[in-house]
Amino acid sequence: MRILVVEDDPILSDGLRAGLGLSGATVECVATCADADAALATSRFGVVVLDLMLPDGSGLDVLRSLRGRDDRTPVVLLTARDGVADRIAGLDGGADDYLGKPFDLDELSARIRAVARRAAGRAAACLEHAGIRLDPAGLVVTLDGEPVPVSRREFMVLAALMERPNVLRSKAELEERLYGWQEEVESNAVEVHVHNLRAKIGRQAIETVRGVGYRMRASA
Amino acid sequence: MRSLRLRLFATLLLATGMIWLSAVAWIYLGSKREVEQVLDNRLQEAARMVSSLVGAVSDAGTDGAPRTLPAPSAYERQLSCQIWSLDGRMVARSTGAPERRLTEAPAGFSQREVDGETWRVFTVEDAEKGVRVMVGDRLSLRERLVTDLIMGLVTPALLVVPLLGMLIWASLGRGLRPLRLMAGNLAARDADDMSAIDAGRAPTEVRPLADALNGLFLKVEAARRHEREVTAFAAHELRTPLAGLKTQAQVAMAAADPEVVKAALRQILSAVDRTTRLVRQLLDAARLDADGETRPLTTVDVGALVAETVEGMRAPAGIQTRIAPELHGYTMRADPESLRLAVRNLHENAVQHMQAGLVEWAARSGGGGIVVRDEGPGIPEDELPQVTKRFFRGRHKSPTGSGLGLAIAEMASRRSGLSLRLRNRPDRLGLEAEILAG
Repeated sequence: MRILVVEDDPILSDGLRAGLGLSGATVECVATCADADAALATSRFGVVVLDLMLPDGSGLDVLRSLRGRDDRTPVVLLTARDGVADRIAGLDGGADDYLGKPFDLDELSARIRAVARRAAGRAAACLEHAGIRLDPAGLVVTLDGEPVPVSRREFMVLAALMERPNVLRSKAELEERLYGWQEEVESNAVEVHVHNLRAKIGRQAIETVRGVGYRMRASA
Repeated sequence: MRSLRLRLFATLLLATGMIWLSAVAWIYLGSKREVEQVLDNRLQEAARMVSSLVGAVSDAGTDGAPRTLPAPSAYERQLSCQIWSLDGRMVARSTGAPERRLTEAPAGFSQREVDGETWRVFTVEDAEKGVRVMVGDRLSLRERLVTDLIMGLVTPALLVVPLLGMLIWASLGRGLRPLRLMAGNLAARDADDMSAIDAGRAPTEVRPLADALNGLFLKVEAARRHEREVTAFAAHELRTPLAGLKTQAQVAMAAADPEVVKAALRQILSAVDRTTRLVRQLLDAARLDADGETRPLTTVDVGALVAETVEGMRAPAGIQTRIAPELHGYTMRADPESLRLAVRNLHENAVQHMQAGLVEWAARSGGGGIVVRDEGPGIPEDELPQVTKRFFRGRHKSPTGSGLGLAIAEMASRRSGLSLRLRNRPDRLGLEAEILAG
């Protein structure tokens, strides 16, 4: 999952990049409202983690303009102001969840997974398809109950494909979800990950549509 | 008496009553004197009239028995007349006149008690005719005349008093209505409602009250807004570093990659440094708050103080500090501790906002203070008045600041009897902070 963190404190921002990365997400960090607007206008994110007090304005303004564009990207507010009135203002402003500083990293990860799940229209925490079970919280994949060791990138590719098993995911789409802005992407990186995944969960599990992308093969 | 209405009512009623009573007393005394004069004149006239009549009938009474004079009907009740011969024999008397002699006085006015009643008598002596004519009236009658007059005045007044009271009470209620309305309005409003009272239609007497209340509301509202802002900023500045610390600690615990762990631990260290500085600044601010307005001033060698303060602080590589030669031996009247605090926070502020460059301390060219110039981004003009507020962090904030440094510098300067002036450098990008004497 690709997450945008809008936070102006460098240490917290760095901690979120590392911490959310540990739970399998690709994290982009920006520090101002202007950068957040630009990032949200140009790319798609699974979840936005938004601080309210930013140097050039309030995070609520970013939220408002995001919702004004009818963008339904889930937003988790992160702020030192966690009075009831502030929570209400944040949630009414279009946020999906609200967490007061200081927070627990694991709780933040869980809430991010929860709002992402809700946004995708799913209720169950785990993704299941044709005997493959994927647990986003533990980064664990099982095939017919047997654990399958996968790398972080492989997990993210599989998660992207299994979120909507019947929908085609293009290579570019998968690359965007896999890699941050600063990361160098090998031209065949996605192919390599898919190849490795097929070796672990079965050759037939992922279907390639030439020139378009990949999708999960419907179970026979 | 706590009620304004009751107090006014009592005062008005009492004042009205007093005025009436005074008027009645005045009228009583005046009419009494008038009545006495008029009645005395009547006595005199009547006595002279009778005396002139006596001459014609005096021979008739020689048989010794006193005759009864036919009294004129107008005097029937009030006046009594006696005619005595000079040798003490009663010659005649009017009907209703007492038989005893009315007075012993030989002539003129006199008063005497006869048969239990006080008489006022006028006596005329006629030596030629050998008679003494006495005409008198009863004092009680005179009193009754005056009393009747006063009663005629007082009775309607007493009847009117309750009516007047009701009228006063009602008009007071009407007159005090704007106050009651305002009180009701105030009592009914929400505790958080600081909107102005409508003073437009209030009477002139109530308007100052409404205006004063509106002024108070404005001040309270501003104070509350300021309080809320400071609280919000403070919460942000205090909790964000803690959130960073906690997150980095959790990363360090969860990460398997030793490089990630090391990076997280480094971040934890710098977060602790930042938090330490924040705590120091909070304590400085609290101490300045507690110290009261001004401290005793001494003559301070500013050059030495700046050198000592600045050298004790590590500046990152790339940032040079220069202390202008004219600052050596430069003295100012100040409190050394406060001045040191101001210098340290200004220097920190300068260093924090620069990647590289020169921070220069110098004496003001015009004298009367010192100045520090940095080569940072400066402060946007619209933020200049706000940067000395606690926890305010502008658009050009440094990543490690807390919004307290300039506030402390300003407060410390003030405690030292000095003032702080911030402006953007005219010659290049950067901030120029002056500590001015007086």
